[in-house]
Amino acid sequence: METFHIIILLMDATFRVATPLVLAALAGMFSERAGIVDIGLEGKMLGAAFAAAAVASVSGSAWVGLGAGIMASLALSALHAYACVTHKGNQVVSGMAINIVVAGLAPTLAYAWFQMGGQTPSLGGDARFRSIDLPFSDAAREIPVFGYIYADLISGHNILVYLAAAAVPICAWILYKSRFGLRIRAVGENPHAVDTAGISVDLLRYKALAVTGFLCGISGAYLSTAHGAGFIRDMTAGKGYLALAALIFGKWRPVPTLFACLLFAFTDAVQIRLQGVELPIVGVIPVQFIQALPYILTVLLLAGFVGKAHPPKAIGTPYIKER
Amino acid sequence: MSEQNPALELRHVNKSFGPVHANKDISLSVNRSSIHGIVGENGAGKSTLMSIVYGFYQADSGEILINGVPCQIDNPQSSIEAGIGMVHQHFMLVDTFTVLENIILGIEGGACLSKGLAAAREELIRLEKEYSLEVNVDAIVGDLPVGLRQRVEILKALYREAEILILDEPTGVLTPQEADHLFRILDTLRKQGKTVILITHKLREIMAITDNVSVMRRGEMVAHAKTSETTRDALAEMMVGRSVLLRVAKSPAKPGETLLSLRDLTYVDADNVPRLKKIDLDLKAGEILGIAGVSGNGQSELLEILGGMRTPTSGSIRYKGRELVGSKAFSARNLRKIGIGHVPEDRHRAGLVLSFSANECTILGYHDNPEYNRGLRLDRDAMVRNCETYIEKYDIRPPDAYLLASDFSGGNQQKLVLAREMEQSPDVLLVGQPTRGVDIGAIEFIHKQLIQMRDAGKAILVVSVEIDEVMSIADRIAVMFDGEIVGEVSAEEATETRLGLMMAGVRESTTPEMA
Amino acid sequence: MAEGKARFGTPLKIPGWVNYALVPLVNLFAALLISGIVILIVGDNPLKALEVLLYGAFGYPEAIGYTLYYTTNFIFTGLAVAIAFHCGLFNIGAEGQAALGGIGTAIVCLYLDWLPSWAIIPIAMIAAALFGAAWAYIPAYLQAKRGSHIVITTIMFNFIAASVLTYLLVEVLINPAGQSPESRPFIEATWLPFFHDFLSMPETPLNISFLYALVLSGGFYFFVWHTRWGYEIRVVGQNETAARYAGISPSRNIILAMMISGALAGFVGINEIQGVQQRLIIDFTNEYGFVGIAVALMGRNHPVGIFLAALLFGALYQGGSELAFEMKTINKEMVIVIQGLIILFSGALEHMFRPRIEAAYRRVATWRTVEAG
Repeated sequence: METFHIIILLMDATFRVATPLVLAALAGMFSERAGIVDIGLEGKMLGAAFAAAAVASVSGSAWVGLGAGIMASLALSALHAYACVTHKGNQVVSGMAINIVVAGLAPTLAYAWFQMGGQTPSLGGDARFRSIDLPFSDAAREIPVFGYIYADLISGHNILVYLAAAAVPICAWILYKSRFGLRIRAVGENPHAVDTAGISVDLLRYKALAVTGFLCGISGAYLSTAHGAGFIRDMTAGKGYLALAALIFGKWRPVPTLFACLLFAFTDAVQIRLQGVELPIVGVIPVQFIQALPYILTVLLLAGFVGKAHPPKAIGTPYIKER
Repeated sequence: MSEQNPALELRHVNKSFGPVHANKDISLSVNRSSIHGIVGENGAGKSTLMSIVYGFYQADSGEILINGVPCQIDNPQSSIEAGIGMVHQHFMLVDTFTVLENIILGIEGGACLSKGLAAAREELIRLEKEYSLEVNVDAIVGDLPVGLRQRVEILKALYREAEILILDEPTGVLTPQEADHLFRILDTLRKQGKTVILITHKLREIMAITDNVSVMRRGEMVAHAKTSETTRDALAEMMVGRSVLLRVAKSPAKPGETLLSLRDLTYVDADNVPRLKKIDLDLKAGEILGIAGVSGNGQSELLEILGGMRTPTSGSIRYKGRELVGSKAFSARNLRKIGIGHVPEDRHRAGLVLSFSANECTILGYHDNPEYNRGLRLDRDAMVRNCETYIEKYDIRPPDAYLLASDFSGGNQQKLVLAREMEQSPDVLLVGQPTRGVDIGAIEFIHKQLIQMRDAGKAILVVSVEIDEVMSIADRIAVMFDGEIVGEVSAEEATETRLGLMMAGVRESTTPEMA
Repeated sequence: MAEGKARFGTPLKIPGWVNYALVPLVNLFAALLISGIVILIVGDNPLKALEVLLYGAFGYPEAIGYTLYYTTNFIFTGLAVAIAFHCGLFNIGAEGQAALGGIGTAIVCLYLDWLPSWAIIPIAMIAAALFGAAWAYIPAYLQAKRGSHIVITTIMFNFIAASVLTYLLVEVLINPAGQSPESRPFIEATWLPFFHDFLSMPETPLNISFLYALVLSGGFYFFVWHTRWGYEIRVVGQNETAARYAGISPSRNIILAMMISGALAGFVGINEIQGVQQRLIIDFTNEYGFVGIAVALMGRNHPVGIFLAALLFGALYQGGSELAFEMKTINKEMVIVIQGLIILFSGALEHMFRPRIEAAYRRVATWRTVEAG
């Protein structure tokens, strides 16, 4: 029972850590499947986290904060589109620039507006997304195993966690079963085919990046108004890059990406548990090794040692009509 | 919509790309239910014109009329709505999609795919029957052979209810049989009332299938004619603006010793597709061996192997009696050192670095040579000096060794590459598509240079998809099909029909009199 | 019309100063303009901020010393990113390579400090280069031989490097006498000479690695444009098929360029660890690697441009600290905003102003010739 309890706790932590990763990775999926490299997930998340926390603390409503976070992320996504689609700029450089601008801008504005050394005030009450108890969870707890799982693992998260869970099948449906998804996949493989089919490549990529901005906004808002209680400097701490790694590890497909996010989040949860714990055979595993594990795994995948990743064919190259 | 109105009419269309005037005051009229050919050399502006009709580019001025009604075509969407379909030279297909998905892309019939896919499937099966265009709608396009991909493109246009179908160089990638099949399809289309515009630079196709023909030269429309009332020679003359020098004047070859000899040369590419199958070839000093064939039948791979850019899977290559395969000498760098020069098929992709100046391009592949190095340092003076010598000797214009390679015209770029390879005086020169995208004046110059080199006792291997070119300069012609040499004839014995048959993979039975 | 025909086919050549001076200046101006707006938003005076910034960076000898000390790091990382760019590679990993360079330097300074000064200083430098190069080698190898995209792998390697550095400082190299994750101080024999040791100037972190950076810039120019190895790297960067055609191995050059890149980034370690901190600390790379991207982009991958861009960023770093100190609503993150905007305008939006500036130049030039004729 003890082990079972620990596993439930680990899984619970995994879900909480995985939520922003799943949202950001799905966000990245729309951008990258449309042929635009997005290493700016980190910046968009951070921008959204700041905007959400700032607005939530002023308005007192987490939902208004979420809206602001989405708007901020959409604006950054539009900037990425403006640079990469309209001006055919280098997509990696653009993403990089967005990350750096936001890393400076968010604390600068926080510093000026809230005078708390680059943070926003701590959020409480309605300014924060609180956990929801699903119906019958108290009653279900009495039922062994399944009820327990329902009550303590499935129930008791905030709405954004459930939203992230729902986002996976929705995004999968959009990508594979909708007109928009078909066009996104086409434009990432062969933009010329899309153009000659009478669809505007630029507009389509703008739309894809809007979806990216939207999902990234939720992801960032989750960090500051649901998982945390306010914005702090550098609060994304590489989660945007980790989400990108998960997207690649999931080979740009929704469901495998979900599992990559869960795996990466699980290593994070385990890492906290394993600090200083002596394991059989291997002994104490350094925390830093477990922290680096998702990145090592992604490198191994990219190197083709674990499966083979086929990125969208047109990724990274601006669309220019040839003469 | 009176029956007298032409299906498509262009009036005074102009289009410039920066300083290049690609289409000058073009007028054209295409009759309904006919096949209209547009001929012209590479770069004459045919593709640009059709891209304007398809809405891919916008004309700077001029009018487009469809069925007599002026039409504003701003993008492919409005062109599709006007009933125009286009089969591009490079297929506009998504390789990872099925045929069905490719066809509905852009007209999915609703935000949810499943319904549109089902409806499209039925319609396609009907279209396939009506025009006898069989193709499995569930196949992944990337797995289909080119001929079938082209059918997908045609189906795509028909599915969009195109009344006017434009085909841009449709036979460039096809074998003669596949091309004939395509012509039968086009004929069916004409009979069903569709209008077909065929863009090509191959006169054979114009004569074989079209009703009317228009000729373009250097961005201008120079003539319109009924195909039945014109001749091949007349068209050729109009295309190039003067009577074509079909044969370069040359003396008979005096072949010497065998310099290069290939036996059982086999190459299997990274996707496990055999590209070369047991090639046997001999190249002698003092002769030009031409390799003819439809592009994509292994010629590129053969050239790249001999140039050291790829490693053969098996077989032997002997140069002056010495085995190269498996030896240290087998690399692009060393092959140059032992006297094998290489003018690549595509100067933009391989022969030049377009962002480099002319003088930096003149050492490409020879940058290791002592003449260009002083200790650690590259000898920039020597580079410029040599480049200027080449410019003078090969009449490269503008005569500026510091000009970027991208700022030279196609013909001058080709001369730059040719100068670099020839001036190292190799014993064997490999030349791929010697005159692709080169203006007529430079073509003559290049052919003469090659023959001069042959007369100096060098061995030259020319790979060209232009059958005329091979027949005009080669002393011996080998034809490649599907990775094999299907036949070899001397220049005197070569006729277009004979080569054409071989290019289609028809082997000549070894009759006694040929031995 | 006649004039139009005369120009047919020969586009007016844009002189170098337009592309190499005017365009970067316009981009810089745009970045500063937006930064000014941000300063207005937070409620301060942008012009005063600029004045404080400039004074803070160049106004007095101590400030200049600090500015040049930051400049040193940016020259190293700027050259590092630039050599990779010449080979067509985007090295986002300079940050991690710099971290490894610092580790290499520190290991030499900690464990070989029984050697005399004249031996240990060059050995530490070589160690910085070797560690940085080795860290760059893995992504380079994976790109060259297995086709793994170097942008992603170098990002991953930055995170892995940060973990390695933390691990070493927490578990292995930690000073037993202290609590914080840092090594014991190096002995004085391993230190690099400061400028204030032999020049009459106030005490600043500026040390001889600045001169070393200048020497490397000269070497960079010679290597890239005047040796056959530099030629090969540029061919691979511009056209990989042409490289294979010319018998130049793309994979060999990718690995070579990345190892040079890693070595250059690793030299941040000598300036920071051996020169200034004199012990190994955490996070000493301080985003220098990322700023190197901005430096290379702005400096157009040429050492002269890189020096000027590095000086600009050095001034921003130093002037920025002064700014945070002097003005109450601005903190040092404002500088990061400016950096980001410079990357945005001179990198991602490089095609926004340039065609317009070139077109404007053409108009003016044509107008002049018409006037003259």
